[in-house]
Amino acid sequence: MSTPGIGTWLKLEKPKLQQLIDALRDSGYRVVGPQVQDEAIVLSDLGSVEQLPIGMIDEQDGGYYRLRADEEAGWFDFVVGPQSLKPFVLPPRETLLSLQNTGTGWQVRTCHKTPSREQHIRASEAEGQVLLQASKTPEVDEPPVAVLGVRGCDLNALAIMDRVFLGGPYVDPRYQRRRESLFLVGVHCRRAAPTCFCHSLHSGPALPAGFDLGLSELDECFLVEVGSQAGARIAEQLDGEPPGHREIARARAATRALEQRMKARKSATRSIDQGRWLDTHNIRQRLLGNLEDPRWDEVAERCLACANCTMVCPTCFCTTVEEVADLSGENVQRQRRWESCFTWEHSYTAAGPVHPDTKSRYRQWLTHKLASWIDQFDTSGCVGCGRCITWCPVGIDLTEEAAAIGKESTHV
Amino acid sequence: MTAQRPTLAVFKLASCDGCQLTILDCERELLAIAERIEIAYFLEARTRTLEGPYDIGLVEGSITTEHDAERIRQIRSRCKTLITIGACATAGGIQSLRNWADVDEFVRQVYASPQYIQTLATSTPVSDHVPVDFELRGCPIDKKQLLMLIVDLLAGKQPRIPRYSVCIECKLRHTVCVAVARGVACLGPVTQAGCDAICPAYARECFGCHGPKESANPLSLAEHYRERHHDPRPLVHLLSNFNAAAPEFRQTAARLQSAPSGPAQGAN
Ligand code: SF4
Ligand code: SF4
Ligand code: SF4
Ligand code: SF4
Repeated sequence: MSTPGIGTWLKLEKPKLQQLIDALRDSGYRVVGPQVQDEAIVLSDLGSVEQLPIGMIDEQDGGYYRLRADEEAGWFDFVVGPQSLKPFVLPPRETLLSLQNTGTGWQVRTCHKTPSREQHIRASEAEGQVLLQASKTPEVDEPPVAVLGVRGCDLNALAIMDRVFLGGPYVDPRYQRRRESLFLVGVHCRRAAPTCFCHSLHSGPALPAGFDLGLSELDECFLVEVGSQAGARIAEQLDGEPPGHREIARARAATRALEQRMKARKSATRSIDQGRWLDTHNIRQRLLGNLEDPRWDEVAERCLACANCTMVCPTCFCTTVEEVADLSGENVQRQRRWESCFTWEHSYTAAGPVHPDTKSRYRQWLTHKLASWIDQFDTSGCVGCGRCITWCPVGIDLTEEAAAIGKESTHV
Repeated sequence: MTAQRPTLAVFKLASCDGCQLTILDCERELLAIAERIEIAYFLEARTRTLEGPYDIGLVEGSITTEHDAERIRQIRSRCKTLITIGACATAGGIQSLRNWADVDEFVRQVYASPQYIQTLATSTPVSDHVPVDFELRGCPIDKKQLLMLIVDLLAGKQPRIPRYSVCIECKLRHTVCVAVARGVACLGPVTQAGCDAICPAYARECFGCHGPKESANPLSLAEHYRERHHDPRPLVHLLSNFNAAAPEFRQTAARLQSAPSGPAQGAN
């Protein structure tokens, strides 16, 4: 069989999805996919299709997540769980640099897990200074990752992260390494949770470009669309056949029908059977023009400043860097860790925190996400995945808050 | 790194010794600690003691007697840097449950010869009595945090003990939230990190060992919980533990218990 071109389709019997997992593993990928762990669907190492949550549905609402079996459910009719692609390109914690005092100077290792590049740096004794030469390309010594089951919202979120970490003059080399080797098997959604509002941000339920392989689920089979050269090399190892036009049309129609249903449920209420909707019209002005709206005080009374929303958000990119020494003071590590604008530490300066209270922190989150992100990166920071709503312990709903801010002053 | 090692003293007030044991539990690091610090007074570890004053004083335990109230003043005057360790020293500990109960009644229940017991009606944190330079939370304290604190003290840095929530630690280690996915009352969103979110990692709720986080909002959590689950007792129990007397926890527990609806009475 010749290598399928980009944009071509393949029809695959459902159990043959195993061939995809095997082909990826044989090509050197660490294959990661959805599975049930600790009462939720998480992304974890995947060896067999039997680990997939086939026939499972997730019920999601503000501060609420439950799994249940559903007779109608196919292989991928659950939606997004607590993890996004973020940990695979920006790990929650990583060591950027190790320094060791050798007596005559500092030995520097830029490393991820195992040291890859070592440099001996001389101490300039006259000034008591240490000269540090950063190496240019840090090694990220991990196998490349292939993620199975990526949704439209998360693929769009990754495109936003790319702007943050790869756009402009300052490229994050660690992000870049991981991102370039990431293999993405997308899935077009057929079902949405009440917390999903990707349709308001044009980030789903269909997959955007950017996947290596795109799966559409029909009741009897999968259709696989080739999205990249890397995808083509894997697709040629699959024992499928070209689908008919009608099958492709059926697959597309299922996702389009879902989008129509999502658009029909235009409300920002918190009821479980109605979906969310984010009105993006004039949103930048509505938020930034109403920084003293009383609604900020109201939401601050409910908000715990616990930071769950920013941790689960697929585009929140804040990190902090700390130098950690051992007891001898001879071994120092520079560590990077996820940070959140809901913490006191995030905005701490010599004069104290810039965001001293929960009100200013919630306002920072919402205005950054939905308004100033547009100035910074020419896109919204939200893709409508709904994670911040589901995983907020008190169910604060950003669509509801965004709709309420500036309601009086701007309804024109 | 020889003659001028800073001296360390460890003192105990009303407590269970768990925090001091955490110091001893730094087995592999103890030698390295002893190389940098002169352990001058630590009765649980060695009988030899050196006279003060000391550079660093670690205090475990709360103030529950007149004698301790006087002793902590002396300890303070002999320590350049005074650090309290553990929930007893930083918040009053589990023994602070007496603060809103009848302490004489407790004494009669517990002791065969109550006439020999001299105790205050309250258990209070050290910081209620003398100025404290740093409070290391936990029941018991966390070994990694203790080592971090010592490293920072030796380097003359501000301690990097985070003040954010346990939830952040859950998310950093990819623990699925027990509150959201299981509907369990969890104190993590209002509790300070430091334990690496160990309880949720074993599918248990956070018990609040490290006390209220910075900007803690337990009242909102309680309201949400009452709305969802109606019975606030699990939350009252959690709030009335090792950090029961921490003002944020105490206020919310009291509010939940005095609420007109719901079977919250008698939760202690
Ligand atoms: S803000 Fe919320 S809904 Fe939007 S991308 Fe982030 S987690 Fe998803
Ligand atoms: S919303 Fe907050 S945590 Fe997220 S990227 Fe912006 S400042 Fe960082
Ligand atoms: S909005 Fe919710 S998840 Fe975010 S900090 Fe506030 S309480 Fe926590
Ligand atoms: S399990 Fe508890 S501590 Fe962990 S995220 Fe959930 S509410 Fe926070």
